Amino acid sequence: MKRVRAEILSTRRLGAYQSITLVAPEIAERARPGQFLAIQMPEGREFLLRRHFAVHQASRRGGWAGTLEFVVEPGGPGTEWLGKARAHEFLDVIGPLGKGFAYPKRLVNCLMVGEGHGAASLYFLAQELIARHKRVDMIVGGETLERVFKPIEGKRLSQTIQIVTTDGSLGERGSVLDALPEMADRCGAQVIYAAASTTTLERVAAFCRERQIPAQVAVEERMACGFGLCFTCVVPVARKDGSGYDHLRSCVDGPVFNPARVLWDRWLSDAPTMLPTPPEGLPAVRSWPG
Amino acid sequence: MAGVKRSVAVDLGGLALATPVMVASGCAGTGRELTALIDTRRVGALVTRSITLHPRRGDPTPRIAESPAGITWTTGMQNPGIEGFIEEELPRYARAGTTVIVSIAGTTLEEYVRLTSLLQGRQEISAIEVRLSEPDDELGRPVLGAHLDRAAEIVGAVARMSMIPVFAKLPASTPDVVELAHGVVRAGAHGLTLLDPPPAMGVDATTMRPTLGPVAGWLSGPALKPLTIRAVFEVARAMPETPIVAVGGVRSGEDAVEMLLAGAWAVQVGTAALIDPSAPIEIARGVSEYLKEKRFASPADLRGRLRLPTAFDATTA
Repeated sequence: MKRVRAEILSTRRLGAYQSITLVAPEIAERARPGQFLAIQMPEGREFLLRRHFAVHQASRRGGWAGTLEFVVEPGGPGTEWLGKARAHEFLDVIGPLGKGFAYPKRLVNCLMVGEGHGAASLYFLAQELIARHKRVDMIVGGETLERVFKPIEGKRLSQTIQIVTTDGSLGERGSVLDALPEMADRCGAQVIYAAASTTTLERVAAFCRERQIPAQVAVEERMACGFGLCFTCVVPVARKDGSGYDHLRSCVDGPVFNPARVLWDRWLSDAPTMLPTPPEGLPAVRSWPG
Repeated sequence: MAGVKRSVAVDLGGLALATPVMVASGCAGTGRELTALIDTRRVGALVTRSITLHPRRGDPTPRIAESPAGITWTTGMQNPGIEGFIEEELPRYARAGTTVIVSIAGTTLEEYVRLTSLLQGRQEISAIEVRLSEPDDELGRPVLGAHLDRAAEIVGAVARMSMIPVFAKLPASTPDVVELAHGVVRAGAHGLTLLDPPPAMGVDATTMRPTLGPVAGWLSGPALKPLTIRAVFEVARAMPETPIVAVGGVRSGEDAVEMLLAGAWAVQVGTAALIDPSAPIEIARGVSEYLKEKRFASPADLRGRLRLPTAFDATTA
């Protein structure tokens, strides 16, 4: 983890998103798919906290060596400000943060499920998996075609891809969840990776549990610091020995988790304090493919 | 002042710190996260997150929401319990190379007594900070330390047992901070930490829900600065011999200087460290520059230098 003052090399609009490329070799050479960055906001504003973004691209070699790309979905005051930042401005960046996706050692078929800007970190992951000779297939979706992140890039990186939009403006009409069972069968998914809204991830987790497919998901929980100080971004995760659960910080113990161990009901419930203690054991899921 | 050695070191009545800037409770992770980002030897002290007798999983999420010039937050005091803390986290704090202050919290007198006894004889720890803002399980009150009788009872019990200095962190919700300060110091507190964050809450008009998972939480950040300054000012005037640590709203060297002028002996940095982990070091540097510019020898020289109107009478303030 490094803290750098990084120059914006370029910033471009991609549908509903803004993709920002930084010159940050110290971070780029360490960053792995699934890890994230903490970007400081300007001084003198009402909003204070750093904003956190998954790494979309970290180039170690070639003409783009030392650059780092992340994707912003403008929506709040911080992301609006970042969306308007111009090339050659400097950002205070801490990264790479968190634990990224694990790569299977064996040759297995990997299915990615990316919703909205979640696809950004999965494309980075896909490149790394392809470099390790894995088969990669994808489901990429969003509400509208503007919210399907880089569909062409998805096509380039995958053996097969299913694009879905809620309004049918691109690809099939529906959600990534609608496409999941058929895609998983068609490409013989042996591992599933997902980055999506929490409610979608919960259902991906249920699907993987039912089909006994090992999976890794990148979660998003509201975060203050991003580097482990404040204990705000926690996720309830069952202990391996089945003795209960812990609130793990998604910034240092995640953001990538094994969805079979996340207590989704407890995490997403409207009345979490009313819930009884979680079940003793968790449904067994086939272990991670070596 | 030629020939006078200038230093940012402070002495809180026997507790010596390399700088007057500490990391506030709840903002130092598990003792090892900051050392990956900054040279923690250049921080005055690390205050641990509040440790309870038994492990606590803490509150449901969301635990954080921004508010104007501040954050509303809660963790439900997630912590591994005193035994887990001593085993897992205290060795990491010790490796940070600076003064370690352990924050303790409970809901009964017995919990505080047992926590204190378990911390005795630990060379790694230089002081205990007593958090008093939990609900009182024995007396059925919402904030344990807001009442003088109870705060004095608990702080007194901790101070009688403790071989190291005890700082009482006073709840912001107390009706009379000066009276409470007098009470806990008479009971045996070595010093005061002013103030614990005030209770706070946010509502999201779009979702029609509270912004925090457990509904209510606390307010921290720059928004607190004037609240802290007034509490520090009033208590310092009433009790000039008692070490006061100001917390709430310090994010720059100038903020720290203002707290010292108001009567603080040292400051703690919370929210600012979550945004900029080097803030505790930068703020100390800012204090040092101010001392140099104004030709003061140490942060202690700023105490009581606040220029008040000649006719000022604190009792009418």
